[in-house]
Amino acid sequence: MTANPLDVPPDPAVPLQPRSGQRGTGFLTEPLRLGTTPSATVGPYLAIGLTWPDGAWAAAEGTEGGIWIRGRVVDGAGDLVPDAMIETWQADPDGRFPSPEDPRGAASYPGFRGYARVQTSDPPGEFGVFTLKPGRVPDGEGGLQAPHVDVSVFARGMLDRVVTRVYFADEAAANAEDVVLRGLTEEQRRTLVAERTADGYRFDVHLQGERETVFFAV
Amino acid sequence: MTGTTSERGLLLPRYLREPAEKRTPVGFPGYRSTALRAPLRTPVDLPHRLTEITGPVLGEDRVLPQDADLTLRNGGEAIGQRILVYGRVLDSDGRPVPDALVEVWQANAAGRYRHVADTWPAPLDPHFDGLGRVVTDSLGRYEFMTVKPGAYPWGNHHNAWRPAHIHFSLFGRAFTQRLVTQMYFPDDPLFGQDPIFTSIPAAARYRAVSRYSLDRTQDNWALAFEWDVVLRGTDQTPFETEDDGDVA
Repeated sequence: MTANPLDVPPDPAVPLQPRSGQRGTGFLTEPLRLGTTPSATVGPYLAIGLTWPDGAWAAAEGTEGGIWIRGRVVDGAGDLVPDAMIETWQADPDGRFPSPEDPRGAASYPGFRGYARVQTSDPPGEFGVFTLKPGRVPDGEGGLQAPHVDVSVFARGMLDRVVTRVYFADEAAANAEDVVLRGLTEEQRRTLVAERTADGYRFDVHLQGERETVFFAV
Repeated sequence: MTGTTSERGLLLPRYLREPAEKRTPVGFPGYRSTALRAPLRTPVDLPHRLTEITGPVLGEDRVLPQDADLTLRNGGEAIGQRILVYGRVLDSDGRPVPDALVEVWQANAAGRYRHVADTWPAPLDPHFDGLGRVVTDSLGRYEFMTVKPGAYPWGNHHNAWRPAHIHFSLFGRAFTQRLVTQMYFPDDPLFGQDPIFTSIPAAARYRAVSRYSLDRTQDNWALAFEWDVVLRGTDQTPFETEDDGDVA
């Protein structure tokens, strides 16, 4: 424990330095890159920095056709996690994104933000996001993805976010041809499919255990 | 393969992932709370498609001018060593990330958070809430004024103390670029016993540590620390096509 943990060789020449690619030739063998900043846990006090009064509203309150995606975050002992944060990102009902990064152009669907951020603190262990059901988005292989919501989960006790997806139980035909779901076992698929409820859908996240949710490396 | 995926004629960027030996693992044995929370199964690879390469636009409308100065709250001045924290948000290609929302939160100078779950006997400061928000400018620059946070005990092991740190939450342009992290201060003697710091692979730890900046230190007012945040960039490998043969 006396060693200085910083006393390690740094990455080779981090800021842009010509000639750093290959000693002797002056030519670069690959593009120069900066090392990305390592992630860290949000810790137990994330509510100080990451609480938004309008966080739950991926679609504006009262938007026609709005649904609640509600769920719980459960740890490896089966206990509710009361200090997690859920973020969601998804297409609008036309399958377009309110983002200039969409190469088809940024869409502007009335009342739709596409992004929500909520904590599992009220009531403890549960979250709720108000949104519109997404449309289908091209899958890059000539087909369409099933309606889905990308989800990030952050919490004390996780040093990085974990990423999963919500699919919808009443989209069986679309789910059957979805490029992501097709690559999963039936048991894995079940962890991603939200069940219909009175006001929307239910999607529980199991961080560990027999029912561990499928998480994605993105 | 080239660095892009064809989306029926649409070219999508592919966001590069840091190799595992330079990324923080989601779980780490020395950090006890990860035992029941960090997923145990290998994540499933998800190639980047439209949902992953887009992201929300969150900017100026979420930020007030006073959000960049954490030292002035409730009509008074926070107690502590005043510091300017500044830097740039870049992607790993070295390009600035402009108009990006940066949210920060931290303990006060005594190492106490204004949060119901923080009950250790250090004083709260009526003029410090520990919350700041800024948006990067056109060159990806951010800065905020605050006080240097104190270290605090956290019960992970005997005599466990968190090194002074400021929590950062950042959005880039894409879902893949989302980052929550912590900024540390140079030469903190608590690094070696802190599993949240040492969970970062050794070769990448220096990236989490800010640099003292005499240049930006303000005479008779505040010390300054510089910290650049690097989000994932895209593979810029150019396409080889029939008509750019003379460029290659």
